[in-house]
Amino acid sequence: MTELLTDLDALAAKVRDGAKIALPPDYSGCANALWRAVIRRGVKDLHLIGVPVFGYHGDLLIGAGCVAVAETSAVTLGEHGLAPRFTAAVKAGSITVKDATCPAIHAGLQAAERGAPFSVMRGLIGSDILARRDDWKVIDNPFAENDPVVAIPALTPDLAVFHAAKADRHGNVWIGVRRELMVMAHAARDTLVTVEEIVDGDLMADPATKAGTIPGLYVTAMVEAKRGSWPQGLPATDLAVDQAHLARYAEMARTEEGFAAYLAEFVVGREAAE
Amino acid sequence: MSATLSSQSDVRLEEILIHTIAGMLDGLRHVAVGASSPVPGAAALLARARSGERTRVSVLGSEDHNFFTDGGKELFDCAGQGRIDAFFLSGAQIDGNANINLVSIGDPDLPKARFPGSFGSGYLYYVVPRVILFRLEHTKRTLVEQVDFISAPGFSEPNVYRPGGPFAMITDRCLFDVDKERRRFVLKSVHPGETVESIAENTGFDYDVPAEVPTTPLPDAETLALMRGRIAGEIAEIYPGFAKRVFGLEKAA
Repeated sequence: MTELLTDLDALAAKVRDGAKIALPPDYSGCANALWRAVIRRGVKDLHLIGVPVFGYHGDLLIGAGCVAVAETSAVTLGEHGLAPRFTAAVKAGSITVKDATCPAIHAGLQAAERGAPFSVMRGLIGSDILARRDDWKVIDNPFAENDPVVAIPALTPDLAVFHAAKADRHGNVWIGVRRELMVMAHAARDTLVTVEEIVDGDLMADPATKAGTIPGLYVTAMVEAKRGSWPQGLPATDLAVDQAHLARYAEMARTEEGFAAYLAEFVVGREAAE
Repeated sequence: MSATLSSQSDVRLEEILIHTIAGMLDGLRHVAVGASSPVPGAAALLARARSGERTRVSVLGSEDHNFFTDGGKELFDCAGQGRIDAFFLSGAQIDGNANINLVSIGDPDLPKARFPGSFGSGYLYYVVPRVILFRLEHTKRTLVEQVDFISAPGFSEPNVYRPGGPFAMITDRCLFDVDKERRRFVLKSVHPGETVESIAENTGFDYDVPAEVPTTPLPDAETLALMRGRIAGEIAEIYPGFAKRVFGLEKAA
């Protein structure tokens, strides 16, 4: 049964030190209110997996000292430029980066969701991405002659964590077309979700909503968090990206002092509001 | 980049680039656009508008101009099947063998500079037939003899599955063709204000120069009107900052 929590901090308490966590990209559904609560708890040594990239939320966690490993195809603030705390941490050698390419992340998660040991994919051969990943192997296509392919082992996150528009009391979570969230939930051992709204009724009763719904089977725990993706937007809702805030973040996070001031104002300082 | 080409007209450099790229997309079935790609995105939307909507366009990060329904993986699966004809890649560095570097300068473990990462390049460069490289800072710092990190190689060994690869490269100074047999860039045209010599002075790798190198054509009035009207509005959904800077457009609420 999905645990229906009433307190964001109770959900944040399920994010343990060292957890391997699948994160959606900025344009999907980012659980930013939850990440602020996690930072206030002082979690350490997270292994972030960008599915297939991450942005603001991962940069925030890195800056706050919560992250040991970033496994991702990219980290970016989009139009607001390089992710400043990620960039600083890599240059300082304070986090380990496992560089990937987008479909390799998807391939690893897809192997995990089907319980298979690995997926194979084209591409990658001759790249330094592959050269630096000793966990990936070039193998011969057993069905052809002289046809090397790349084997990507199953990528099983401890947690998939995201924000969605709505869920019902059975733990079914509606994600619409953002189906990378579905793959994340299938692949991960546990899934933690914040939602704009917990609705009455059953999202599985109507095929129109059922098609875009993650069954409660996969959802470990969730809590309602209004505007929980802020400053990111949320697809299929009227929550738009707060571009002015992201520009301010990009500016403040350029220095360690500026980032500390940002945390004080927008993470620690928001505790009462969240 | 932000100034208009005052000696020519009120046409902006970005508009020349968008027009030039769109010319390489006309008639294609399906063009996809990835992250951090406002100029290619506008070009793809322009090609679609001119095709009478026959060209499909998928823009990453867009809700209005993206028909995928199977999550982040679908773009790659679609490309792997050969259903995407053109895509765009850039690089912090690009070298004369069309290798691209989206990761770092210096030792990747302790880099002098770190960039966002390789995105889908380690796959899409191999499988999309018409990959158009774009680099809007054409200097010896960016167009180098050899990249520091290969996010994706320009060319592959004969036994590597490689239906895709570089088709052309556009910069803020010029357009290069790609000679796939000889694995070299060939100067195709120089943008207004540039010369064959100025390109040579600012390029860090060897390339071929034909006897005649024309100036990159400007978009006509009709194309400009389409770009500044409909296309500006469409690209503003994904790149509001770009739409404001180039087309003076505020995103509609």
